Amino acid sequence: MRTLSVAEGVAWRVLHNVFTNPSLLIPSLIFPLFFFTAFAGGLSRLDQVPGFDYPPGYTAFQFVFVLLQSAAFGGVFTGFGIARDFESGFGRRLLLAAPHRSGIVLGYAAAALVRWLVTAAVVTVVALPVGMNVGGRGIDLVGLYTLAVFLNIAAILWATGVALRLRTMQAGPVMQMPVFLLLFFAPVYVPLALLQGWIHNVATYNPITRVLEAGRGFLAGSPTETGLAFAVTAALVVAFSVWALRGLRSAERAG
Amino acid sequence: MSERFFEQVGQLARRSVVRTARQPANVVFPLVFPLLLLAVNSTGLQSATDLPGFPTDSYLAFALAVPFMQGALFATMNAGTDLARDIQTGFLNRLALTPMRGIALLGGQLGGVMAMTAVQAAVWIAAGLILGVHFAAGIGGIAVLFILSLLIGLGFGALGAFLALRTGSGEAVQGMFPVFFVFLFISSMAMPRNLIEIKWFQTAATLNPVSYLIEGIRSLIVIGWDAEALALGFGVAILIAVTAVTLASVSLRTRLTRT
Repeated sequence: MRTLSVAEGVAWRVLHNVFTNPSLLIPSLIFPLFFFTAFAGGLSRLDQVPGFDYPPGYTAFQFVFVLLQSAAFGGVFTGFGIARDFESGFGRRLLLAAPHRSGIVLGYAAAALVRWLVTAAVVTVVALPVGMNVGGRGIDLVGLYTLAVFLNIAAILWATGVALRLRTMQAGPVMQMPVFLLLFFAPVYVPLALLQGWIHNVATYNPITRVLEAGRGFLAGSPTETGLAFAVTAALVVAFSVWALRGLRSAERAG
Repeated sequence: MSERFFEQVGQLARRSVVRTARQPANVVFPLVFPLLLLAVNSTGLQSATDLPGFPTDSYLAFALAVPFMQGALFATMNAGTDLARDIQTGFLNRLALTPMRGIALLGGQLGGVMAMTAVQAAVWIAAGLILGVHFAAGIGGIAVLFILSLLIGLGFGALGAFLALRTGSGEAVQGMFPVFFVFLFISSMAMPRNLIEIKWFQTAATLNPVSYLIEGIRSLIVIGWDAEALALGFGVAILIAVTAVTLASVSLRTRLTRT
């Protein structure tokens, strides 16, 4: 119970900060839309490349990437806030005040999730009227958004672990870069089969590729690799939960 | 222009370069990030070269123009943020009490930006050569490419300086980053304009001056000596540079009057 009340307090504070501060809110809403516009708008001719086979079309193909990317970066952006809290000294006061400190991690994760849900709603609302075809039924779409939720939680737990260990805003690139690399070393622009050279090999073994392919399968209404995709995201959540909680212990030891 | 004026410009340009060099994040990130994106995009989008009408069979060569624009974007942000910091910390006020001419301050700041742009351009060109890009316009083309990128760096650096002088706030300058990002994204950055399928996107890319800067650079790498692309590229770069430097000079005069 105490853990939940700590989590609720932390989450409320983060969400209040984000939703009352345009400089924090707008980038997390605008950037996914930039990517969606640039990729789906500028590269739509790619669906005519020989071998490109995704029935709902290129807009839907890119929507899944942008949705998953926004989920991952929603977690990372919230991680920046954690680093800022600890750099400014607020985090130390939070550690002193919280009776159950694991509630702090839970609160940040809950805030990241709510924050991303708003972004996901905006991206979806924009994508539908610009001609995104949806082949999947309701249950498929639940599968797609659930995958994205898992990814968002994994990303915030990763960023929390980094922020609690380094406790400085300079940790930003450390949180961001691995996520960026994992996302972009997947089949972003064309299906895996059309990737050539080293990127094909990297994408084949990149776990995010499974998540992306499953997400695209859900949207097309022909689910593929779903078990593997959920296993990957669940494993990431478990591994980064341990990472974040150990980060919390590191912050406690630092005083 | 007196010898004293150039000495002042030199001193401030040196300060600008040293200040940037002392912040590794300001040097490394603008170099590493565009290279990373180049690596990812050039491999991920290689199959785009199979599209009928694509101007080259190497997407790496096609995409090599993009880091030059990303470098210019970082130049805008760095120049603007540094100058805004000078305003916020009162350095500009103290400078106004010295015999230094206002225009020397701007010249020095932009000199520093251009020095950084030169380093970046050298890195992009070297990266292209190492990765096997054949520069269609040859050695002369590389020299012209270098000059064009300096001109673009000057224009965008002056734009950053204008924003800083106008607002006096580093945060406000940083806040403009997404706006510049839109110009970069809604351009012919990833696909030739004639192959962009979505009509409104193609129109926006055609109206966007950044498309002509990218196409000017790209022509030297992919096509060779394309007079139209170069004329448009240099024309737009000169227009941006002249406009931005004029705006920055006027804002500087106003800012120094206020102090």
